[in-house]
Amino acid sequence: MTVTTIDHAPAPTRVAAATERARRPGLRRAGGHLVRILLVGFFAFPLVFMFVSSLKPDDQIFADLSSIKAFLPVGDISLANYTGVFDTVPAARFLINSIAITVITVVIGLVVNSLAAFALSRMRWRGSTLVLAAIIATLVVPFETFALPLLWWVNKLPWVIFQENQFFYTTGWLDTYRVQIFPFLANAFSIYLFYSYFQSIPKTLDEAARVDGAGWFRIYRSVVMPLAGPAIATVAILTFLPAWNSYLWPLMAVQSEELRPVMVGVSYFMQQRVLWGQIMAYSTLITIPVLVMFLALQRQFIRSIASSGVKG
Amino acid sequence: MAVTQEMPPRSGLRTDTAVRSRRGGWGHETLMGSLMVTPAVLLLIVFFFIPVALCFALAFTNARLISPEPARIIGFENFSRLFGDPLFWKSLRNTFYFAVVVVPLQSGFALLLALLVNARIRGVNFFRTLYFVPVVTSIVVVSILWRFMYQPDGLVNSMLQALSFNVIQGTDWLNNPAAAMPAIMFMSIWQAVGFHMVIWLSGLQTIPGELYEAAELDGAGKWQQFRYVTWPGLKATRTFILVTITIAALSLFAQINIMTQGGPLDATSTMVFQAVRVGYGQQETAYASTISLVFFVLVLAVSLVQRYLTRERG
Repeated sequence: MTVTTIDHAPAPTRVAAATERARRPGLRRAGGHLVRILLVGFFAFPLVFMFVSSLKPDDQIFADLSSIKAFLPVGDISLANYTGVFDTVPAARFLINSIAITVITVVIGLVVNSLAAFALSRMRWRGSTLVLAAIIATLVVPFETFALPLLWWVNKLPWVIFQENQFFYTTGWLDTYRVQIFPFLANAFSIYLFYSYFQSIPKTLDEAARVDGAGWFRIYRSVVMPLAGPAIATVAILTFLPAWNSYLWPLMAVQSEELRPVMVGVSYFMQQRVLWGQIMAYSTLITIPVLVMFLALQRQFIRSIASSGVKG
Repeated sequence: MAVTQEMPPRSGLRTDTAVRSRRGGWGHETLMGSLMVTPAVLLLIVFFFIPVALCFALAFTNARLISPEPARIIGFENFSRLFGDPLFWKSLRNTFYFAVVVVPLQSGFALLLALLVNARIRGVNFFRTLYFVPVVTSIVVVSILWRFMYQPDGLVNSMLQALSFNVIQGTDWLNNPAAAMPAIMFMSIWQAVGFHMVIWLSGLQTIPGELYEAAELDGAGKWQQFRYVTWPGLKATRTFILVTITIAALSLFAQINIMTQGGPLDATSTMVFQAVRVGYGQQETAYASTISLVFFVLVLAVSLVQRYLTRERG
């Protein structure tokens, strides 16, 4: 049944088949809708349960499990778990750390990666194809393959500190903010996304700007970047998510409580007596920033994720 | 502004470029270009290329995470230890088990969802958004939440009971060696399937609508339309999805670390989990690098298969 056969089918049959088909789908459509609605329940129930439980005392969470009440904010509803979270763990500190790390990673990442992509896509220079090929080659390697050698390696890295009007040379990046930021600034995929977006911006704009005496950096800043809004949004979203959600790396590289991000904070609840209501409150608390941003920018989010499939 | 003054008025674009090149613009361009890639390239060298190289190098040493003594080269000792380590084989088997089940189920389910939300109906965006919500929820949050739900007296078991009218009794999911991995698989698919739904969806939307109209006029049923229009149109998407899910499945870590710590009876220990336990918990960087190296080779094999598949068809 290939498309090329359509021309051979006699016209009346085709029309008849089409009208017959058009009459039937009423039921099918309703069935499809039912499936879609059931799937909403499937994807939403754990998160509804999480949020609702965060409002209840522990004994009521367990008492409500066997009925529909598990998903309803009924009974002894309060924000006690939320206030309790801040007493149990340094939640405020974790939140501030994560916000700072995420914002810095996204902002510097945008600059570093777009600059590189600009030079690779719009300028002609020796070695650019080699650099591009090397960057593309890194795309398939997941972080987990080199996380442990990286852990060893960052412990050997030097750093310069300025104290009492003197520079001091130190070694070891473990247990710092920078170890949570630097490894994630340059990103091959971000460079690739900027690169392909820049390719679609006409090069005649650069020529015109150069005729007017603009330097390369000026062209980057005033010509190309203002036109790259969608690419900036995509890269920002695709950097924001893993930065906020990062777990494996800070778990290993950061020991001090006051430097740890939100996801590592989850493990604090599992050590003492398990307070499920508070865990649900904490989980809700660290999910809300992402969820709000997602719901506000859902089209951008979904487009960004879809664009990650383009490279296939 | 100097440039414009030197230009003859009304000169075409081509001449402008020529003037620029002749005046050494090429050298300047090379300098500026290299300068602009320098931050990214330096960062990639320090935080990607060197660690990857170290993964190979350290596997042949006795390096420890924190040690006063410098690492010594010890040849293939780590490898003979690795291949004689029953936990490694078990972790490798568990990792494959997870991948073999999750890859087809998740990609198939994602495609089904994509077809469901590709219809031109009102409110389709609402469904897309909701199916996608678990994806933006951190896997850490998801794992802790499902750990709670999987408890013997937890939500999953009480729902199973209620929905089956007390026929199904459930089990202590995460403490039952036979049930722990399937429980984690189910949760992982629940969390990540929306991601691949969106990628399938973008693939579906590249298929021109006229093809469906033509097939329908020709009397093709829904299944035939799928088989002869949709499926061939998703070639590139298919390979991409298979590779990304496979690599993500092989990287299984957070769920294990939060939900089971590799237990019960090492039934859920995976390669990355073992590498972290050895390299971070026991500080044996060298041995962890050896495990990572095997993992790296696996990932490379998967992406080479992808190259091969896309090249053959491309």
